[in-house]
Amino acid sequence: MRLANFSDTLMQCGLRNFVHVTCCSLERVSGITSKVHGDVACHGTSFELWLLQVTYINHEVKKNVTPALPEFVKIVEVGPRDGLQNEKVIVPTEVKIKLINLLSETGLSVIEATSFVSPKWVPQLADHTEVMQGIKKYPQVCYPVLTPNLHGFHAAIKAGAKEVAIFGAASETFSKANTNCSIEESMLRFEEVIRSAKDGNIPVRGYVSCAIGCPYEGNIAPAKVAEVAKRMYSMGCYEISLGDTTGIGTPGNVKKMLEAVVKEIPKSALAVHCHDTYGQGLANVFVALQMGISVVDCSVAGLGGCPYANGASGNISTEDVVYMLSGLGIRTGIDLSKLMEADHFICKALNRKTNSKVAQACYKP
Amino acid sequence: MNEHRSTITKQECSLPVGEHFSSHGHSASDLQTNVAVVHSLPQEVKIVEVGARDGLQNEKVIVPADVKIKLINLLSEAGLSVVEATSFVSPKWVPQMADQKEVMQGIRKYPNVSYPVLTPNLKGFETALQAGAKEVAIFGAASEMFSKRNINCSIDESLRRFEEVMKAAKDLSIPVRGYVSCVLGCPYEGNVSPVKVAEATKKLYSMGCYEISLGDTIGVGTPGSMQEMLTAVIKEVPVSALAVHCHDTYGQALVNILTALQMGICTVDSSVAGLGGCPYAEGASGNVATEDVVYMMNGLGIHTGVDLQKLLEAGAYICKALKRRTSSKVAQASCKL
Repeated sequence: MRLANFSDTLMQCGLRNFVHVTCCSLERVSGITSKVHGDVACHGTSFELWLLQVTYINHEVKKNVTPALPEFVKIVEVGPRDGLQNEKVIVPTEVKIKLINLLSETGLSVIEATSFVSPKWVPQLADHTEVMQGIKKYPQVCYPVLTPNLHGFHAAIKAGAKEVAIFGAASETFSKANTNCSIEESMLRFEEVIRSAKDGNIPVRGYVSCAIGCPYEGNIAPAKVAEVAKRMYSMGCYEISLGDTTGIGTPGNVKKMLEAVVKEIPKSALAVHCHDTYGQGLANVFVALQMGISVVDCSVAGLGGCPYANGASGNISTEDVVYMLSGLGIRTGIDLSKLMEADHFICKALNRKTNSKVAQACYKP
Repeated sequence: MNEHRSTITKQECSLPVGEHFSSHGHSASDLQTNVAVVHSLPQEVKIVEVGARDGLQNEKVIVPADVKIKLINLLSEAGLSVVEATSFVSPKWVPQMADQKEVMQGIRKYPNVSYPVLTPNLKGFETALQAGAKEVAIFGAASEMFSKRNINCSIDESLRRFEEVMKAAKDLSIPVRGYVSCVLGCPYEGNVSPVKVAEATKKLYSMGCYEISLGDTIGVGTPGSMQEMLTAVIKEVPVSALAVHCHDTYGQALVNILTALQMGICTVDSSVAGLGGCPYAEGASGNVATEDVVYMMNGLGIHTGVDLQKLLEAGAYICKALKRRTSSKVAQASCKL
């Protein structure tokens, strides 16, 4: 019986989406069959069908269900920027500098240092130039900064920034409310930044906010997220961080969103930025890892509440993510105990309790 | 061509195969694991609400019987099908549960809801039945040291005590649920071998427990260790008879639950408002919050039968009585679901 006939047989037996198994010929299947079953009468079709079906399932497993988790995950630490930006207590420059220095010593390779946005909008980060100039710049660590426009970009470069980030949104209403312009207008602004960045060989990271839901529009279509992400990637962003800004995502819709985006952008250029507002952060990160994403944004101590849900939490905490990855045997290069020291330092300065469960469980004064 | 058509299903593919054979170079046990993982997420998950027992048991503030009764009634109205009501353990050990009889007799027993109670021994079992219990639960451990420290006897001794309970329960057709503690780690022994967990689980199942809840007592588990443990247990006990009881001490509960669901588990224990801290790590959290679990299930399109809004109300009620903030992130964020 030829393989083609076999396919027909399998289809007739209800195996839809039959994956053509190129690796084994019928003869080999029969050979294996008799070897495994020995004296058991191998009834031609039924056992071979079973064998091929198992092989098919195996193939499907590899294709669909649990692709191997990445061996290494890059953590992008956003505590000093995204975290502090959303904390009520304004911390002095030297505290920010010390925090970033402590974080640099944990083994983190990317620490978002500050944001060159107008102090009128984000008073916490009014000291952006001083912070950028004051931090100790470890050679193996990048210190990207946010630059909402060309003006911010120039100020950032002058202050010594070597990498910048730009923020898009998948929701029109959010874009207007947050940055006072439409998605299209924001893209035009970013084009200016990217052009200048290219001239100066400055890498640019892109963020897409509201990748799952928007506080104003509700659910966001995965296709829209893919469109905005693709635009930013094509413009020249080396990496796009997909943000569940309101934290409403669950593994189901995070998966759907990622499925749409990975059609347009290589997985290696994607990151997830999950908020823990509804406790779904780690589960969402895990599903992203299962889909091949290997860059995760998080915030030491889970700094940064949610501006859209009073009293709610925001960023996932770096310690909890590192704990999970470590348990999975995934390397991050991060020393968890040093991370918890940084956590303790900043929480004391902010006069608040840590949001990290790991820190709560481990810390012994 | 042979006219015989096979109707082999995916389930049948977990037939034991003695030798390595796959052209992809996987061993049979790998295949079995892969086949276990291939189950898509369950369409329905049963939530076992343990707030009124496991939750309250680990709360410092003692709440009066009428508060417990009201909590359980609110939980029943939230659509939960299993609400663990109390524990018939000596009040000397667990003062919070001293009002066990009053609670059992005082709650409104909804027809579609079970109210299992803990019964550590025959005496507790008899008292429970006298108080109107129709289902009981027994607690084993996968760690010898934990067993000795927690219930003052070895694992084997505890199983012998349970056999008495099982026998009495069988005679009266009372279903018994089994718990295995320390499945992913022990506060005294550290790592716990999956084989040991599988062994303890199998014993409870063979004794007659209809369901075994696997507890990550100190919350140290991660998806990796959860998967490893479940792989060992599923070889011994049908996945449909298993539940997971994940603690959120290190923030890993929901992701561990997700991993369990991906492996075919469809019963999850949780505690309203995430009641119940961890007695092994001061200031740390304990049980995973039912609201957060239900939120995830809803997002995944998995049916639980639970009305999240009513659940939030039950959580708000008990937190007020306990004068504490909810541990549920959904509750903290909520108000506009």
